[in-house]
Amino acid sequence: MAAAGAHGVAHHSTTGIDNRKLLMWIFLASECLFFGSLISTYLIFKGKSLVGPYPDEILDIPVTSISTFVLLMSSLAMVLAVYGAEHGRPRMMKLWLLVTILLGLTFLGFQVYEFRTFGHEGLNLATNQFGASFFVLTGFHGTHVGVGVLILASLLLASFRRSGLGREAGFHVEIAGLYWHFVDIVWIVIFTLVYLIPQ
Amino acid sequence: MRRFSIAPRRLIPLLLLLLLVVALATACTDPMSTIDPKSDNTRRVQDLYVLVFWAATIVFVGVMAAALIFSFMYRERPGRTAQQIHGNTRLEIVWTLIPVVILAVIAVPTFDTVIKTTGDAPEGALEVIATGHQWWFEFEYPELGVTTANEMHVPVGRAVNVKLRSVDVIHSFWVPQLTGKTDMVPGHDNRLWFTPEVEGEFRAQCAEFCGTSHANMRFRVFVRSQGDFEAWVANQKKDRVAPTADLAKQGEQVFLTGACVGCHVVRGTAAAARVGPELTHVGERTTIASALLDNTPENMARWLRNPPAAKPGSKMPNLNLTEDQIQKLVAYLESLK
Amino acid sequence: MATTAGTLPAVGAHSGLWSWLTTVDHKRIGALYGVSAMAFFIMGGIEAILIRTQLAVPNGTVLEADRFNQLFTMHALTMIFLGVMPLGAAFFNWFVPLQIGARDVAFPRLNALSYWVFIGGGLLFVSSFIFGGAPNAGWFAYAPLTSERMSPGSGMDFYVVGLLMLGLSSLIAALNFAVTIINMRAPGMTMMRLPVFIWMTLVVAFLLILSLPVLTVALIQLLFDRSFTTHFFSPEEGGNPILWQHLFWVFGHPEVYILILPSFGIISEVLPVFSRKPLFGYAAVVFAGVSIAVLGFAVWSHHMFTTGLGTVPQIVFSASTMAIAVPTGVKIFNWLGTLYGGNIRFTTAMYFAVSVIVLFTIGGVTGVMHATVPVDTQQQDTYFIVAHLHYVLFGGSIMGIFSGVYYWFPKMTGRFLHEGLGKLHFWLFFIGMNLTFFPMHFLGVGGMPRRIYTYDADLGFDTWNMVATIGAYIIAVGMLAFLWNFVRTMRQAPSAPNDPWGGATLEWATSSPPPEHDFDVVPEVHDRDPLWYNRDHGVTTPAAPAHLHIHMPPPSYYPLVLGGALLLMGIGVLSHLAVTALGVVIAIYAVWAWTLEPTD
Ligand code: HEA
Ligand code: HEA
Ligand code: HEC
Ligand code: CUA
Ligand SMILES: [Cu+2]
Repeated sequence: MAAAGAHGVAHHSTTGIDNRKLLMWIFLASECLFFGSLISTYLIFKGKSLVGPYPDEILDIPVTSISTFVLLMSSLAMVLAVYGAEHGRPRMMKLWLLVTILLGLTFLGFQVYEFRTFGHEGLNLATNQFGASFFVLTGFHGTHVGVGVLILASLLLASFRRSGLGREAGFHVEIAGLYWHFVDIVWIVIFTLVYLIPQ
Repeated sequence: MRRFSIAPRRLIPLLLLLLLVVALATACTDPMSTIDPKSDNTRRVQDLYVLVFWAATIVFVGVMAAALIFSFMYRERPGRTAQQIHGNTRLEIVWTLIPVVILAVIAVPTFDTVIKTTGDAPEGALEVIATGHQWWFEFEYPELGVTTANEMHVPVGRAVNVKLRSVDVIHSFWVPQLTGKTDMVPGHDNRLWFTPEVEGEFRAQCAEFCGTSHANMRFRVFVRSQGDFEAWVANQKKDRVAPTADLAKQGEQVFLTGACVGCHVVRGTAAAARVGPELTHVGERTTIASALLDNTPENMARWLRNPPAAKPGSKMPNLNLTEDQIQKLVAYLESLK
Repeated sequence: MATTAGTLPAVGAHSGLWSWLTTVDHKRIGALYGVSAMAFFIMGGIEAILIRTQLAVPNGTVLEADRFNQLFTMHALTMIFLGVMPLGAAFFNWFVPLQIGARDVAFPRLNALSYWVFIGGGLLFVSSFIFGGAPNAGWFAYAPLTSERMSPGSGMDFYVVGLLMLGLSSLIAALNFAVTIINMRAPGMTMMRLPVFIWMTLVVAFLLILSLPVLTVALIQLLFDRSFTTHFFSPEEGGNPILWQHLFWVFGHPEVYILILPSFGIISEVLPVFSRKPLFGYAAVVFAGVSIAVLGFAVWSHHMFTTGLGTVPQIVFSASTMAIAVPTGVKIFNWLGTLYGGNIRFTTAMYFAVSVIVLFTIGGVTGVMHATVPVDTQQQDTYFIVAHLHYVLFGGSIMGIFSGVYYWFPKMTGRFLHEGLGKLHFWLFFIGMNLTFFPMHFLGVGGMPRRIYTYDADLGFDTWNMVATIGAYIIAVGMLAFLWNFVRTMRQAPSAPNDPWGGATLEWATSSPPPEHDFDVVPEVHDRDPLWYNRDHGVTTPAAPAHLHIHMPPPSYYPLVLGGALLLMGIGVLSHLAVTALGVVIAIYAVWAWTLEPTD
């Protein structure tokens, strides 16, 4: 019974929270510090670039507002997918998982577009402190979105098996959702601090 | 048997304390001693050191004594049973508060000393810009128009305000008897000040690990009377003394036609590159290669023959000079008083 | 061993190399951690011996400058990341499930993964000596000395990649233990009944979880600076070398508590058992541990008192640093309170435990001397610091860990280490470490800088350096005595009863060594010292049912595969990105297969 946490369904646990969910929560605490450090670095280097292009010359707030909106919507879709999974409605779950994935990919598309535009305008990792801290921060965020898309895609793929996601469908999707929402919230912080607050 | 096994342990605290006092007494006379203050600021630090030293010693002796006494008193005995105590709130509070009090006693003078020693230098301080290079020090006196290397001269009784810079990696400026250390950080100028109180020659060393020859990155501070200092400055401001002896004259030719001009300054000649130490008055210095070698003709020759062999990693390359060239250069350099 | 045939995952899975490579049993992983970490500890010790040999006399000629710089860097990295941390992990692995009354950790396969990633990172580190030179910029690797321009060789790349891997390993392990402790406790094991060792493990886990990401970011930035043209730390281009220091020490200071708290946990178990009375002030000890951890995040700049922080930050960080002495003092005093009024049995484990109180206090009070900023401007980067750090790390961590080794050896192997040899080991360590590290205080006060491969004869450093070197050799002899004891003991037949010391915690309720499933019947807990409660109240453990059918997770080789894939990714960064790509592919496969692998 005590070893059950490693597998199986009927999870006994001291707190009543499933081990894997607890793991995700604690992991996200760690991620907070990870992004916190990257964001701090960005803020420390704010205004410290020796040469241009500077953020106010290059950041495209309207375009990024759209991609931010897309990512926000993906969180909504995620909520619906979790709802579907938890209430035994696999079709609904699959549909909204797909939507979440597509929105996530759209966000990544925007990011690729943004990075390329910046590249053409002469901003890359080596150009100045803004370039270095911006690309590393948003790049690692983008990687997190990418990993999220991979996780959701595997869930979606797995849900087409005959057994679907199994007895624990709701649970798996919920945990993926935790991660997804976290990555979203981080973006809101980045968007506010990097794009919205004047340089 | 029991007695025998306990005695050495009881002696340990006594022995250690004895050792402590003896060792600290000897450490006091070491040339780099941190507890042999010769400036106002190091004296302030010293006062604080004495305070925390005794606080630390008292805490340690207390803990050690309790550990030994309890270990001895309550060791296993036939018929003894352990008292099943779970704790004691009042005691708990007491031994939380005692350290708080001790720390407060240390903290107040600490903050006071921080404020006193890190504040602005006194009026009329001598300005010196110290620059760290891998692996040597450069000293500029902007008001006096003097630049030298590895040997810093200051007058006694006057505050020195040292601006700290680095051109490559982090170094640290530290003259144990005159000032605690402050790092020389590239792109981030620091500063420190102190007022030397006695004349003398003081050993100093780069204190932040800075690469291969960090261990060899040393320097000296000469605290001199006002008159001596002024004489030194007057001499430093002059261009190089033109060589008179034949060998030295030839040496200047070798110097000016060789690679040397690409890195060194000798005022009064065409050599004006600031890669290596200023050499205008190198003959007058007591040491070379950042106080690693005494400034003797033999050492100078050894240096020129193969600098990285004398000082691992040195940024002055082996220039494959012939013995003849070396003899001439040595004569020349030693003549640059 | 009480395991019945039906519970065996596969025939022959309990012996042979393959069984060790695929094991997910926390005790076996603990054993792997322990043995590997001991090997690394010896490696770090040999590096130290070389350092000491070079420094025995002025102008020593045993080592060249650059080799010396590699050795002290690798010595610190090896001791900290490959020695003490994994030795802590070994005990966490062994005793977290046993002490909380669980049959395994929450995620057995993740547990195996953390070990394999650790081994990968460790091998990478060590191999740097062969491939292009070991890291040589000190363990805290201050920028911009670590830049591509200042350190062109591959040494610093090994540093970055090795530490990233070891960080990942520790993060995985920390997450696992945090979940295990919070969620897998036996019935009745409330938080305030957890053994102090478990509490300290939990605190360490959270310290790791919250500090490692900061180190990770610093390493990523360094990696980008070195390999991908950014300038985070190079001042000429607008970078900021001080940023590295902040990021490193925001991790680095919590790290030192990560290194000491396991040892504090161990001696909090050992002292009560051999004093035959409960720990004095349990709640205070626990809260002190927690406050040390919390405060530990607010003091990092005390490593930067000489970087030119400015007056106010110096005062603030000085105050916060001094504040840590208060909870630490609470622990020390409670341990002394535990000795008080006891009926103390002086086993080897107890010798080591009591010595921790004394030796750690020496390191602790010198720490407070550093916290006194103006005094630190004289002590920073001298041997006074080296003395401080070895008193806390050797006198605190290592001595505590050996206390744990002697204490738990019968539980782990069913055999007793020889007490006489153990005491010899203790005295050699105790005398050796004091001879080595106490004189370093004098050297520091006498002005000897650290990290110098050579010093002049006329500075008064020679005598104490010679003494320190002699001390280091005595420690080595002590270690040989331990190794001999180990080998000799392992050749004997198991003879240890379940509870040889009269222990208070649950691990002593099961057999020595425990069966694979740890407990035939998961015990119920009624008190902070469950076994003593049972003893005093005549509670007996219910007998195991005749047909024990406990299901344990089957072995898995995916942790090994994934660990290997991560190693490949690391090697790729050091050599060719194609290798990294291969690693990524294998990693994705391994993760996929891992999630689909049946665990029933
Ligand atoms: C196990 C690891 C460990 C531990 C536990 C500590 C504990 C402490 N350390 Fe240490 N420290 C290191 C490992 C550790 N340190 C290392 C490795 C370095 C060097 C890094 C490097 O540069 O390479 C370092 C360096 C270091 C510095 C930087 C020095 C410098 O480079 O200039 C400072 C400065 O404040 C410091 C302070 C302290 C303090 C105040 C404590 C406190 O936590 C100690 C508290 C304990 C006590 C004080 C004793 C018990 C208390 C009592 C009995 C109560 C009564 C006491 C008083 C009233 C004083 N340490
Ligand atoms: C847990 C951490 C830990 C431990 C256990 C040790 C253990 C030892 N340390 Fe270390 N040390 C550090 C952490 C640690 N150290 C750190 C963080 C630094 C700072 C590095 C930096 O500046 O970046 C440092 C730096 C450091 C220095 C300063 C280097 C310098 O600044 O130039 C010295 C010098 O004497 C030293 C010595 C020793 C010695 C003699 C031991 C001994 O206790 C080791 C004893 C162990 C053994 C001896 C192993 C047993 C060996 C065998 C059984 C085999 C027998 C073989 C032979 C004798 C060849 N250490
Ligand atoms: C590539 C640059 C370079 C060249 C060329 C060079 N030097 Fe140097 N020199 C240095 C540097 C850098 C140092 C400081 C080395 C150190 O102390 O680590 C130095 C140090 C010295 C010193 C010691 C100065 C002191 O006060 O410590 C002397 C003397 C010297 N050089 C003479 C010469 C002569 C003579 C030549 C030509 C034959 C020469 N150098 C060519 C770079 C150079
Ligand atoms: Cu310059 Cu060390
Ligand atoms: Cu610290």
